[in-house]
Amino acid sequence: MSTFLIYKLALVLAVFGITLLVAMYSTYLERKVAAFMQDRVGPDRAGPFGILQPLADGVKMFMKEEIIPNVSNKFLFIVGPCIAMITAIMAGVVIPWGNTITIGGETYTLQIADINIGILYVFGVVSIGVYGIMIGGWASNNKYSLLGAIRASAQMISYELAMGLSIIALIMLTGTLSLREIALMQGGGVGSDWNMWNVVYQPVGFLMFIICAFAECNRMPFDLPESETELVGGYHTEYSSMKLGFYLFAEYINMFTSSALMATLYFGGFNFPFQNDLGLDPNLVTILGTVAFFLKIGFFIFFFMWVRWTLPRFRYDQLMNLGWKILIPLAIANVAITGLVKILVK
Amino acid sequence: MASTDILNTPSDVEKGYSTLNLGPTHPATHGIFQNVLTMDGEVIVKSEPTIGYIHRAFEKLAERRPFYQITPITDRMNYCSSPINNIGWHMTVEKLIGADIPKRVQYLRVIIMELARISDHLICNTVIGVDTGALTGFVYLFQFRELIYEIYEEICGARLTTNIGRIGGFERDFSPKAWAKIDKFLKEYPDALKEFEKLVMRNRIFMDRTIGAGPISAERALSYSFSGPNLRAAGVDYDVRVMNPYSSYEDFDFIVPVGTNGDTYDRFMVRQEEMWQSLSIIRQAIEKLPEGPHHAEVPEFYLPPKQEVYNNMEALIYHFKIVMGETDVPKGEVYHCVEGGNGELGFYLISDGGRTPFRLHLRRPCFIYYQAYPEMIQGTNISDAILTMSSMNVIAGELDA
Repeated sequence: MSTFLIYKLALVLAVFGITLLVAMYSTYLERKVAAFMQDRVGPDRAGPFGILQPLADGVKMFMKEEIIPNVSNKFLFIVGPCIAMITAIMAGVVIPWGNTITIGGETYTLQIADINIGILYVFGVVSIGVYGIMIGGWASNNKYSLLGAIRASAQMISYELAMGLSIIALIMLTGTLSLREIALMQGGGVGSDWNMWNVVYQPVGFLMFIICAFAECNRMPFDLPESETELVGGYHTEYSSMKLGFYLFAEYINMFTSSALMATLYFGGFNFPFQNDLGLDPNLVTILGTVAFFLKIGFFIFFFMWVRWTLPRFRYDQLMNLGWKILIPLAIANVAITGLVKILVK
Repeated sequence: MASTDILNTPSDVEKGYSTLNLGPTHPATHGIFQNVLTMDGEVIVKSEPTIGYIHRAFEKLAERRPFYQITPITDRMNYCSSPINNIGWHMTVEKLIGADIPKRVQYLRVIIMELARISDHLICNTVIGVDTGALTGFVYLFQFRELIYEIYEEICGARLTTNIGRIGGFERDFSPKAWAKIDKFLKEYPDALKEFEKLVMRNRIFMDRTIGAGPISAERALSYSFSGPNLRAAGVDYDVRVMNPYSSYEDFDFIVPVGTNGDTYDRFMVRQEEMWQSLSIIRQAIEKLPEGPHHAEVPEFYLPPKQEVYNNMEALIYHFKIVMGETDVPKGEVYHCVEGGNGELGFYLISDGGRTPFRLHLRRPCFIYYQAYPEMIQGTNISDAILTMSSMNVIAGELDA
């Protein structure tokens, strides 16, 4: 029992640390990717190739003067970024980072909690994340913040619907809500138990999911809540110091989590092709699987950035049109077609 | 300040309207503008622009300055294309004193002015991209404005506030280095511009955002006395370079692009096409460039070269008179206009024969566009309002003068 606890504690700490590290280096990667796309150099002063830049930014964030507007609701003003940060980190709990590792006869799963409603849990936690933005935007007592907060909540609520519907089709296919089981289903070798990644069965669902993921993360082209040229800074206009850092950080963590989700749900999670045909040690396969998983996540994070530095952003009404008039009907049609195909194939 | 009488009236409060201060320091108001918007949710019910944040009394300043000292003032109007302002002012004075400008000077001026037009349109169009959220095009094309600035630097030594040329011509002919830089720009820019067009022009999101945003009809535009790309986007083919050619513009073949709807997308497209036309004009000018002096024979106004001043009595006298601002000009009244970066830039000059203008009125296109702005954004939302502002290329320095 105690080994189990120690192991879980270690895993929690590891996941926590890795999440923060990835989010931190996403900021660096974002700036480098942007620089690459814009024919610039990007950060290159702190350390070789500027790899210490995120640390410098972190120190800067902590050292900055903390300004809480007099007219704001102080308690909620502080609670806002905390909620955003906490919910962002919490979503990583159910992500299966890898398959099992066997050490000394004991089998350890590389997942903090394999709850059987994993997907619902993620949705629930992400929905609470909206409160962080809403509360923060409202508590600032600034009209730009309020507009940003209203946009954020409207956007997230409408895109969560489409996201949920796109997932339903996938769940119909897999028959489980547990992320680990979904990941395992996409594994297997070329031989007897060959299973394709879900994206092959659900291409439309995946497209809708990735669009909604962009909207949920407030990333371009859906970054209306913080569109700097319209609303100054959106919901975090009045924030400074590490509270601003929390909001920005939460965005990157959300990006990381949704990349992990996309990889798990549609791109085979910790599975990689031919994993059972190479005749490797199971532990080694698990480790390679985790590496493959992070490569997939890395690709999606890069994709997020690629899109951000290429596309313009929507207008508010166009965003709503896309969500309600295109994505939701499409998602419902996807569910219907999936069901129909399932019946016919059976 | 005007803002007191536009605060919500009781009936506005009952309707649930709110007031939003857009500016004076807002990331999307490129320059210092204030707009007090009455909003119904995100829809603009009415807006009240406030101007004068960087009013520097240029017209009054000009009444106390000798003619050649007014050129730096014109720099600070539309600072995205200051050479056009400078040369426009030089040409106004030359019209007053009746100077005969050599063909070479006119062609060189055309080259400079078209470069300035490119840099102006380049900034405007890429900033439309920034305001829709596409930052990459802006940063990418901005490198080419740098090339244009290097050309200015080679010709006159300055970059932003150029103070380029003199009354009567240029202080010196273009150096071989300047020609090399112009060649480099002409060679590299078209590819980058094409890339930018590929990135933005047919982008679905960009088109959805800009088509129908902040439109103005040709009638309204004319009644506001619009000019330049903003008028042409509304469908009126008025271009000072064609209607009232100056500086030998009649020698060049170019198309005046016009739009149909007068919305943000049309303004964007008109400017985009004008950049291509400007490139073609520059090429034609280089090809046809005649030999000759780089300045007119107007010794009372054209500062003589230093070695002449040291060795030649006449030159010393003129040098002294010009520098001390003692040159008198003929009495008269002239209006001269040039096609500026964003419209007809006019100089209305009255001289009473003294060393300074009696009165100088500047026809500043931005001042006119900004008056139409409240009408154009009524009933739209903030996103469109900001796009309208950036696509009209209202520049605070020119608005307030």
